[in-house]
Amino acid sequence: MIRFISLRLFRAALTVLAVMTFAFVVLRMSGDPAQVLLGPDVPQNVIDDFRADWGLDKPLWRQYLAYLGAILTGDFGLSMRGGAPALDLVLERVPATLILTIPALFLKLSIGIPAGIYAALHRDSTIDRGVIVLAILGFTVPSFVMGLVLVLIFSIQLGLLPSGGFGTWLHAILPALTISVGGIGLLARFSRSAMIEVMGQPFIRTASAKGVKWRDVVWGHALPNAAVPIVTIVGFMVGSLIAGAVVVETIFSWPGIGRLLIVSVSNRDLAVVQCILLLIAAVMVCSNLIVDLLYGWLDPRLRAQPAH
Amino acid sequence: MSLVTPTETAPHRVVTLPRKRRIPLAVAAGLGWLALMVICAVFADLIRPYDITQMDLSARLSPPGTPGHWLGTDELGRDVLSRLFQSVRVSLVIAFGATIISAVFGTTLGFLAAQFRGIIEHLVVMLADFQAALPFLIMSLAVLAFFGSSMILLVGLMGFYGWERYARIARGLAISAGAQGYAAAVVQLGATPRRVYLNHILPNVASTLIVSMTLTFPEIILMESGLSFLGLGVQPPDTSLGNMVGFGREYLTTAPWIMLGPAVVIMFTTLSISLVGDWLRDKLDPTIR
Repeated sequence: MIRFISLRLFRAALTVLAVMTFAFVVLRMSGDPAQVLLGPDVPQNVIDDFRADWGLDKPLWRQYLAYLGAILTGDFGLSMRGGAPALDLVLERVPATLILTIPALFLKLSIGIPAGIYAALHRDSTIDRGVIVLAILGFTVPSFVMGLVLVLIFSIQLGLLPSGGFGTWLHAILPALTISVGGIGLLARFSRSAMIEVMGQPFIRTASAKGVKWRDVVWGHALPNAAVPIVTIVGFMVGSLIAGAVVVETIFSWPGIGRLLIVSVSNRDLAVVQCILLLIAAVMVCSNLIVDLLYGWLDPRLRAQPAH
Repeated sequence: MSLVTPTETAPHRVVTLPRKRRIPLAVAAGLGWLALMVICAVFADLIRPYDITQMDLSARLSPPGTPGHWLGTDELGRDVLSRLFQSVRVSLVIAFGATIISAVFGTTLGFLAAQFRGIIEHLVVMLADFQAALPFLIMSLAVLAFFGSSMILLVGLMGFYGWERYARIARGLAISAGAQGYAAAVVQLGATPRRVYLNHILPNVASTLIVSMTLTFPEIILMESGLSFLGLGVQPPDTSLGNMVGFGREYLTTAPWIMLGPAVVIMFTTLSISLVGDWLRDKLDPTIR
């Protein structure tokens, strides 16, 4: 078990390092931030000064080592616009994103999973068919279309809810709904097929034949066995709490991480973009790690072998 | 088909009902819609009534149903229907190109991992970890924003979408095929690994991979339209479905038809592919049910 955990930890650390390297290389290879930030008509000596100030004149590998060293000491660099510490800028936006994504996650779990399980237990009924159709619709409609349609109905036609911006909790309803729709569909579909798979297994028949109550068969025998694939999807959703709202934040002009990413990317604010990418990857890797450990707890058979 | 691995199937499928011969109505409708889309994409130049950049400033923001502009016009008086045809073409070309790249890339890596195991396998797993750690939209955003968007870069980038699924499937199936005797027999006869994989294992795993392609395809369409919606995908004057929705968004109150046409097309297309893909999976893929 300890070997399994340490192997996973090592791979997680390696993954974060890979993301950091990727971000660094892509952002540095794609052109000179000095030119973009200062504009085209700036004299050469100003550009040179700027480059010297930000360490952009040093060879790439020196910059990379300096960057890694700084991160290990908790220094994520300064924003090239405004000069504030990048980490502060990023962390400041995190709550706004979580205000949307956590209720959305709650909606996904509390609607998606029960709907999927109910459909599986009433297979081929009208409700089952309805759940399938709605689920497929839910995740084939892109979030930007869903968001705009919701705005069209609730803000423009009915005038009930604001179409964008940040302020009261009313502002959060449409974006949170938009984020959750796709996830509800995905979870409903996955829980349904996982549950159907388990309900076809011989041990369910055995349990029923022994006279175990139907409720206990479902709760005690079927659900724990259907949990592994469901946990995988949920883990992915938890991992994208930070990153999952980029498009929706843009539609509703919501001042979260996603907006900051889009703005910083178009400003070429290297430190801020790197910081966001690192945060996103770290959250994702952590949740994947937790999911892997949960597998071991949910399914003892998986403890023995490394989970590939 | 003989590629069922003993561990992966439910061995006690008690009743196997005789499969219905008829294609379900929803799937038939999906196939019909897809055929229509392919025809639109192929003959876009012939069937569109106007050039996609042709402006008619006297007919700006005409509502749908205006004679000559059946789906209306946009803020510059360009015909929405004509632009829609072109968008379907661009979006489908990107999605086709990317799906093929991703399938070839992923399958190759999966086969390499199955053949050499050891360090190459670890490397592939690490790449998949990396892909899982950085959401694809975020990665593409960073790359496209900093390198500038071009059609080739866009297709290439989208070609990385979902490769890890093919790699995982190809690796698993190749390893189990290797244990089944026919691959070992060909190796004993002196076939090169290349020949074993391309001529013997690939045909046996193809149906699963094709099903996987039908599942990735709509996701690529959604990803591309999402990026184009954010202004980082297909660049004007060219147009794609997401790009049209993105620009139409500004006229949501006054001229919602600019955005609704492409939105409906995206929805129907991804819905159709999902329905057809699910149906194909039930029919072809022996590893799932």
